[in-house]
Amino acid sequence: MTQALTPGLQVLAGTVVRKTRELPVPGQTLCERGDAVTPHAVVARAELPGDVTIMRIPESLGIEPFEALKGLKVDEGDVVAEGDVVCEHAGLFGLFRSRLHAPVDGVVEFVARRTGHVGLRLAPHAVELRAYVPGKVVDVDPGKSVTIESRGAFIQGIFGVGGERYGTIRMLDGGPRTVVGTRKIPADAAGQILVGGTRPTFEALERAAEVGAVGMVVGSIDDQALTAYLGYELGMAVTGHEEVPLTVIVTEGFGWLPVAERTHSLLRSLEGRAASLNGATQVRAGAVRPEIIVARDDVEPGAASGRQGAEAGLRVGAAVRIIRAPYFGATAEVVALPPEPRRIETGARTRVLEARLPDGAVVTVPRANVELL
Amino acid sequence: MNTDPATLRTVLVTDCGSTTTKALLFEKTDAGWRQTHRGEAPTTVEQPVADVTVGALNAFAEVEEVSGRKILAADAAPGGAAPFLETGDDGDRGIDLYLSTSSAGGGLQMTVAGVVRQMSAESAERAALSAGAIVMDAISADDGREDHERIQRLRHLRPDIVLLTGGVDGGSQEHVVEMAETLVAAAPRPRFGDSLRLPVIYAGNGDATDDVRGILEKAAQVAVVDNVRPTLEAENLGPAREAIHEFFLTHVMSHSPGYDKLLQWTPAPVMPTPAAVGDMVRGYAEGSGKPLLCVDIGGATTDVFSVFENRDGEPVFNRTVSANLGMSYSVANVLIEAGAESIGRWLPYEMEAAELRDRLRNKMIRPTSIPQTLEDLWLEQAVCREALRLALAHHRSLAVGLSGVQQQRGIADIFSQTAGRSDLVDMMSLDLVIGSGGVLSHAPDRMAAALMILEGFELQGFTGIAVDSIFMMPHLGVLASVHPEAAREIFLHDCLVNVAHAAVPVFRRQPPAGSVVAEVSVDGRPAGTVKAGRVGRIELEPGAAARIAVKPMAGNIDVGAGAGATLERDITAGLCGLILDGRGRPLRAPASPERRVAERRAVMEELGLAGS
Repeated sequence: MTQALTPGLQVLAGTVVRKTRELPVPGQTLCERGDAVTPHAVVARAELPGDVTIMRIPESLGIEPFEALKGLKVDEGDVVAEGDVVCEHAGLFGLFRSRLHAPVDGVVEFVARRTGHVGLRLAPHAVELRAYVPGKVVDVDPGKSVTIESRGAFIQGIFGVGGERYGTIRMLDGGPRTVVGTRKIPADAAGQILVGGTRPTFEALERAAEVGAVGMVVGSIDDQALTAYLGYELGMAVTGHEEVPLTVIVTEGFGWLPVAERTHSLLRSLEGRAASLNGATQVRAGAVRPEIIVARDDVEPGAASGRQGAEAGLRVGAAVRIIRAPYFGATAEVVALPPEPRRIETGARTRVLEARLPDGAVVTVPRANVELL
Repeated sequence: MNTDPATLRTVLVTDCGSTTTKALLFEKTDAGWRQTHRGEAPTTVEQPVADVTVGALNAFAEVEEVSGRKILAADAAPGGAAPFLETGDDGDRGIDLYLSTSSAGGGLQMTVAGVVRQMSAESAERAALSAGAIVMDAISADDGREDHERIQRLRHLRPDIVLLTGGVDGGSQEHVVEMAETLVAAAPRPRFGDSLRLPVIYAGNGDATDDVRGILEKAAQVAVVDNVRPTLEAENLGPAREAIHEFFLTHVMSHSPGYDKLLQWTPAPVMPTPAAVGDMVRGYAEGSGKPLLCVDIGGATTDVFSVFENRDGEPVFNRTVSANLGMSYSVANVLIEAGAESIGRWLPYEMEAAELRDRLRNKMIRPTSIPQTLEDLWLEQAVCREALRLALAHHRSLAVGLSGVQQQRGIADIFSQTAGRSDLVDMMSLDLVIGSGGVLSHAPDRMAAALMILEGFELQGFTGIAVDSIFMMPHLGVLASVHPEAAREIFLHDCLVNVAHAAVPVFRRQPPAGSVVAEVSVDGRPAGTVKAGRVGRIELEPGAAARIAVKPMAGNIDVGAGAGATLERDITAGLCGLILDGRGRPLRAPASPERRVAERRAVMEELGLAGS
């Protein structure tokens, strides 16, 4: 029988993080193995092919395709500058010459003999990849990718929006259960990653953007605030490219959930430190979760503050978070792992575990409904 | 490996899905061909493993474990040569044949381009869908977009294959050449293999082939096949479909991690999963000669397959995939498209819209979690009804004919053309619905699955309801490519679970609530009545033959045999008997939350569902 998935989220005070920065198309890698890099350092560069502008010559000059071809002044592969004559048509008895000029600089990509159209490819766009995390270059695949190793804290959220950002961690007033309203947002938060309690209002997110914060980390968000913030309804949990002023990372889920105590206390211990964060989330196969990375040399990799990976597996004594009703959001300790499937309230037979809640009550939960802490 | 149906006895088949690789063992027993054992393992096509054969071997190992049959050779290893033991003389070890389907990595993703949306682009879409693809976009000269918008869109999509069509043979060439120009301008990169040129299949006006090829060859690998729309009156999907399968194997599969080896393990082509299911649906409909609807509702997408007769009485196959409707990854899309109110109308309890939205968003971000409480289960089943409703509406928009003109047909297309531009899906004539996907196949109560299908599709007349026991149809579809008789035998014996039949009278004017709209007899004896606004049930002996007669009580009531006519049908009774639905169509929920909840509870109580 397939194992229930218990991937959990990593909350590690000290670990080694490797980030491979990969170019979308082959290009140039700009550093070497052993180089030290800052988050803003450009480590690779490539050029994406430019757009093609289609010049509809017959339609523009009011002539037939064969006449356009006859009057062409360029051929495939030619470089043309804006204003160059691409086609010249001698009108009746050569009296009414009409010309069509290149609207942009480019290279003639194609000449379509059937339609008389000419495709002009514009100059390529440069793409620059930054290091994103501070650290040491440990691998270079020339022209393709650079891998950077960084030591420090690594915290995953469950969901986020917005891409890579870099800023200083600042704890907001209140605890993990405090609702993040506009009054919680300090005026001097420019360049900061604000760590709050839960359920930020749309107005609070707007306020954080106004004061120049680069990120916010909260326990949960509600659907309406997220939709208002994005300006549209999100259909799938595939994020990271939203054009939003600050990256938002949710550690627990939707609704009314405080940041897990473990996560909150680790972030509190990191207040004032610089962090890289990324809201990119991809829930489908090859899951990507949002992350906060704080490079630091004062903690050895392996310092405990969370689980050490899914391979640790479910075992009696393990701390878990329950991720589905009726105990959604509760943390618990596994007290039994019955091997045989059991019937649950819905009538389904499934593999379960027994867990002790903080109030001492022992409850039965499908294994699919817990995450390792 | 053995592919001779006469001597085959043991066949191992995998379906490599996005999340799970499922291996099924089919064996010829004394009682005939049966599905005997299964094994599952996480699919390993993604990083960090990035080799599909690892997951496949894990699934094989589980089959070995549960069956006690030695299947794998001692030196079996991921990425190695075929890992199977050949069957010995005693027949208790090894396998005769290994086959596979695949939808890993998001399945086969295509973009189609044509000149006219409702003609060539629509034919191209049907060709791609029938080949098992997800159509990411259909681009056409009349789609209302500017050049740069089409170019941006094509560039953004990164399809596996593009199918370009346009123009009838001998007709105007300019427009299809312009579409080729747009493709070149976009120069989209294929999803796999950065160094590869994008595969483009040209299936348009044959006279424009040289021009189109001349333009496209700068940026793409081009294959030219017969026009999908050689004349306005004819559609010819076969050659394009075959070219798609060829590119799927040579360009998509072979560049996906580990598939180069997996392809060597099997002597038959690896089929896209939906194409295999489609073949199974087509084969079954061909055998039964009756209209059929099949739905596979997954976590991310919902596929609908149908076979209905056209005006000439010929069976017509259609497949659609609603790539944005699903029960977990895409659950928020169902919420967006249907709305919280539409989902909430199916709940037998009250729930605030904000709470409903947050719960579904939590399912979106934790897609592998399962309902533990009845309330949570009912919420997922409510989502399922709306996903079915939306997917069927999408299906009906494409399962139409060709502008109402007479068509020509070739032998290869006997099941793949559409006739007369009208809705081919006639729910009153529908004989059987097959539901597949976790929410239907694994519903804790089979009656709940029947009710989801009945209400989601708003069945009418007299219809059988079945579910695929463990989503076996992909495996059987690819088995049918080698041994169709074995596939059909297993389909009927192990795959298809006969759940119920539904009798749903349809009337123009709503009769008084509680009044009898139809009388039902079983084997000539009165067995029950269908009452207006109510749902009821007649229990039958599962598996027993029964002759059902449904007699409408007025001339304007249609039970599937025509207005006022009595319907008579010989059936094999399903597990849940006969459902009587007198609510009329379309289904409407009361505006008052209290009344709505009371109605939902009454329906559940009548059908004996838990929690009512």
